[in-house]
Amino acid sequence: MLKLPIYLDNNATTPMDPRVLEAMTPYFLEDFGNAASRNHPFGWKAEEAVDYAREQVARLIGADPKEIIFTSGATEGDNLAIKGVYEMYASKGNHIITATTEHKAVLDTCKHIEKSGGEVTYLEVKADGLIDLKELEAAIKPTTILIAIMYANNEIGVIQPVREISAIAKKNGVLFFTDAVQAVGKIPVDVNKDGIDLMAFTAHKMYGPKGIGALYVRRKNPRVKVTAQMDGGGHERGMRSGTLNVPGIVGFGKACEICMNEMDVDTKRISILRDKLENELMKLEEAYINGSKEHRLPHVTNISFKHVEGEGLLMGFNKNIALSSGSACTSASLEPSYVLKALGLGDDLAHSSLRFGLGRFTTEEQIDYTVKAISETVLKLRDMSPLWEMYKEGIDLNSIEWAAH
Amino acid sequence: MAYSEKVIDHYQNPKNVGTLDKSDKSVGTGLVGAPECGDVMRLQIQVDETTGMITDAKFKTFGCGSAIASSSLATEWLKGKSIDEALTVDNMDFVEELNLPPVKIHCSVLAEDAIKAAINDYRVKNGKEAIKFEGSVVH
Repeated sequence: MLKLPIYLDNNATTPMDPRVLEAMTPYFLEDFGNAASRNHPFGWKAEEAVDYAREQVARLIGADPKEIIFTSGATEGDNLAIKGVYEMYASKGNHIITATTEHKAVLDTCKHIEKSGGEVTYLEVKADGLIDLKELEAAIKPTTILIAIMYANNEIGVIQPVREISAIAKKNGVLFFTDAVQAVGKIPVDVNKDGIDLMAFTAHKMYGPKGIGALYVRRKNPRVKVTAQMDGGGHERGMRSGTLNVPGIVGFGKACEICMNEMDVDTKRISILRDKLENELMKLEEAYINGSKEHRLPHVTNISFKHVEGEGLLMGFNKNIALSSGSACTSASLEPSYVLKALGLGDDLAHSSLRFGLGRFTTEEQIDYTVKAISETVLKLRDMSPLWEMYKEGIDLNSIEWAAH
Repeated sequence: MAYSEKVIDHYQNPKNVGTLDKSDKSVGTGLVGAPECGDVMRLQIQVDETTGMITDAKFKTFGCGSAIASSSLATEWLKGKSIDEALTVDNMDFVEELNLPPVKIHCSVLAEDAIKAAINDYRVKNGKEAIKFEGSVVH
């Protein structure tokens, strides 16, 4: 039996894997110790659990456990990496390069840097969502200290050419930070093969708990340091003070272990479902996939249904299917998705988009239901859309002088 | 965000979706909003020339649920009203009837503008001057 509502918003957050919860439970109850309590068994047990989880997390990304700094999540990781490098390497320079399609946690941190006297270059992306490597290279100056480019995009799932970016960074003696929230646990990420110096990721996008994440900070070739953004007991090699969230860390570790063991099987199954969803929805007229199809996460698709407004579309089924839209109406700003606009999409197509994030618990039955519900709603709303009527009559919508509102 | 029952009802069972012949002299058409803003409303009225009463109203809307509901409600309100009565419909009437939250006020403004635009279109077609509305964005 199909159980409603269906969850297809796994880029926002994932449900916890029951095995993760099971691993965490003892650390809320009997093993509640503070991992920094060095003088009694409660502390020892907590520390042991943290050490084990740190290894599980490190193994998933090919890192050394000492290179894992636990944080509250990727927003904190983004802040710590960018502000931490900016402060630590102030004597070397003050210029950071990032891209316009980054997550707000990166963009707003960069805005903060600009306010405090730093300089930031925001690279445009191509129509497929990828940055232009030549532009990246051209943007590097003697004062450049950091390149901050995400691994995979949260709205369109497009995977940046991380290895090429890191090679450019290395050649120019610049550090490379990547927000890999959407990629870690979903596709193979290896900090050494990928040449990553700093990397933020989080548990709740990979079937772990919310409120726990990590910043990978390279220790060798080169040894990277960041200035702590929180003062206190000097936890996490002095880079992130605060009592460790032991149950969260244990859950994060378990989530990483499961992803590592099951990634191949999961990816294969989920990408088949994603492709089915996409192929079926693309049978609708005037449907467009946003971003590169080739360089893309296996569980994500972002589709615009022309002449139908995204929020209106969601309303047709959002009691039963959980999805996101790039439409403006979901926010007070009335501006549609800046990521889609950065690809060069007109506001009309950006307003008409839906983001699908499949996951470990997505079933074929759910996909079939979703295809049917969305197709029906698109057709219904197009019957109601003056733009669709004009399009069908062959009227060029660009020729109309719209009353801007 | 949660929609009011009335918005959901209009969205699921929109009243008077359709198209009137815009070349007909007795039909007034108002097209307001812009695709870039995520809202386009087309409201049409059919007017009985002798009585000045609105005998039929149709809409098509590209937009969110609140925009669809506002235009659906507008057609319901307009039918059976005289042109003069129709001109008194205010955007706040939509806000109150549909319980629109502050971020959706623009949908109600659009609906009011659509009514005015349709009336002006009808007037101009029938040799009358367009009414100038203060602070309106109607073309």
